[in-house]
Amino acid sequence: MTQKAKLQSNLVQGLLYLFLIALAVTCFIPFWLMLINATRTGNEIMTGFSLLPGSSFFDNMSIVQANLDLPRGFMNSLFIAVCSTALVSYFSAMTAYGLAFYKFKGSQAVFTIMLVFMMVPSQLSMLGFYNLVNKLHLLNSYIPLIIPSIASPATVFFLRQYILSVMPRSILEAPRIDGANEILIFHKIVLPIMAPGIATMAIGAFIGSWNSYLMPLLLINKPSKFPLPVMVASLSAVRDITTNLGATYVVVAVSVVPVMIAFCFFSKYIISGISAGSVKE
Amino acid sequence: MAHKTAAEPKALAKRRAPNDYNRYGLLFCIPFIAVFLVFSVYPVFRTLQMSFMQYKGFGKETFIALDNYVRAVQDPLFRDAFVNTLKMWGLNIVLQLGLALLLTIIFNDMKYKLKGLSLFRAMFYLPNLIACTSVAFLFKTLLDWKYGSFNQILLKLHLVAAPVDWLNQAGTAQAWVGIIGAWMWFGNSFIMLMAGVQGINHDYFEAATIDGAGRWTIFARITMPLLRPIMLYVAITSLIGGLQLFDVPYLMSGTKGAPGRSLFTAVFYLFDMAFVKNQMGYAAALAFVLFFVIAIFSGIAFKLMNKKED
Repeated sequence: MTQKAKLQSNLVQGLLYLFLIALAVTCFIPFWLMLINATRTGNEIMTGFSLLPGSSFFDNMSIVQANLDLPRGFMNSLFIAVCSTALVSYFSAMTAYGLAFYKFKGSQAVFTIMLVFMMVPSQLSMLGFYNLVNKLHLLNSYIPLIIPSIASPATVFFLRQYILSVMPRSILEAPRIDGANEILIFHKIVLPIMAPGIATMAIGAFIGSWNSYLMPLLLINKPSKFPLPVMVASLSAVRDITTNLGATYVVVAVSVVPVMIAFCFFSKYIISGISAGSVKE
Repeated sequence: MAHKTAAEPKALAKRRAPNDYNRYGLLFCIPFIAVFLVFSVYPVFRTLQMSFMQYKGFGKETFIALDNYVRAVQDPLFRDAFVNTLKMWGLNIVLQLGLALLLTIIFNDMKYKLKGLSLFRAMFYLPNLIACTSVAFLFKTLLDWKYGSFNQILLKLHLVAAPVDWLNQAGTAQAWVGIIGAWMWFGNSFIMLMAGVQGINHDYFEAATIDGAGRWTIFARITMPLLRPIMLYVAITSLIGGLQLFDVPYLMSGTKGAPGRSLFTAVFYLFDMAFVKNQMGYAAALAFVLFFVIAIFSGIAFKLMNKKED
């Protein structure tokens, strides 16, 4: 009887694992097919699928090179993502510290308005934002894609909670008595303490910026300034490339692979960032 | 540069020191406040202002009071777009939350202690990392009627006799958008629910076990009720995000909303009005109508899910 129960329990466990593995495969297989198809000719892709790589990767690559300035798109995306990640990290940390450790006139108001705007869906500001950028003659510039990162309420909110939980107020006493400047204290003492929290937010910000589509689609219309996602989406407009599916997959792969590599290294940070968002203190 | 005056009592001067520090707080917040006012607060009010105007997005603006709003609530195409959004989101949320909850149950089962949580969690999160444009392109080619790998696999396994034209039929196209949404987001919901379970005080489980509660009873009576706030959070954020569904249907339908407008979502319609049909003022009104609808839906969801069980 107990042996039978044990056997049954093992069977159920095996089935559960099987289910989990099947689900994991479902999550992974489209990317696998993408990588495989990037190494096959358009003809091969159209006539059948395969789970093993072909031999046409370099042919596909040269077709891409002849039609699209892929390295340019890559550099554009990288530039935007690096700049906005740097801004969102530095200024969110600064604002979070300012709100958490100082009481100045209006600090409560800033915090409340920030919380309210966290709930406002983005399409409410989208049209006004576009109108503003247009009036400032900043279309086709990266400024409206980068500078707004300075004010990211969700990141400030997270970092405020973070610093309140990791940094006791007493840390500030010694350097203050020694006469250190508040700005120096922030850079030398507070920033290093906040580093893990900042890292969590920075990775998310980088991926978000790397993947963002709607704003660059609205604001950038010079192909030489396209970031990768807009380039990928514009593929259907480039004829030579759509007739060759393999080359198209190369372009998609180039936009996806860096994020996947980053995820391999930073998945712990990314997942802790999501968990932190859901559990309120 | 406020110097102390001689008449000032000493005690007050002493209390002044922290206030001097506090001035730096404002200094630290100034860049945020400035950018926030210009790029976040102003645009919302500008959108609101435009919603009362007849405005093409350029040229003259004429004040027409609430005409745009009257038109928005009577616009059958907007209503259709909204219903489309609800259908796609509905399928999405049922699959997404259902799957996330199922996984949470599996990984927290006390009898079958499963290993590899962090590996599986990372795998399940993978689809969420990829740009919507790439996801849309990937699925568009994989689901292609003639050349897509998905039909090729189905044909090979003899599950279908002829290739299915997934993306050219309203029903299947909408269903796929819902499925893709769930595929992209279930890992995210799962991580949140797991974090919620791990945040539950272990004493509850111990006490229940000592009292002789079975694992299903513990799940139904302890885990589920304590997970409720997080489920609510996931559902509401997904609702707010879902009603703004845009990228995937926009790209899957080749920016046209085909087949038969079935992939036209509310935000897609708004986008089309603002930037293709040049009716910026009307689009602004649509944005606010959508915002009110989202607020009402969120309120209802909050009420329903927060209701105490009897």
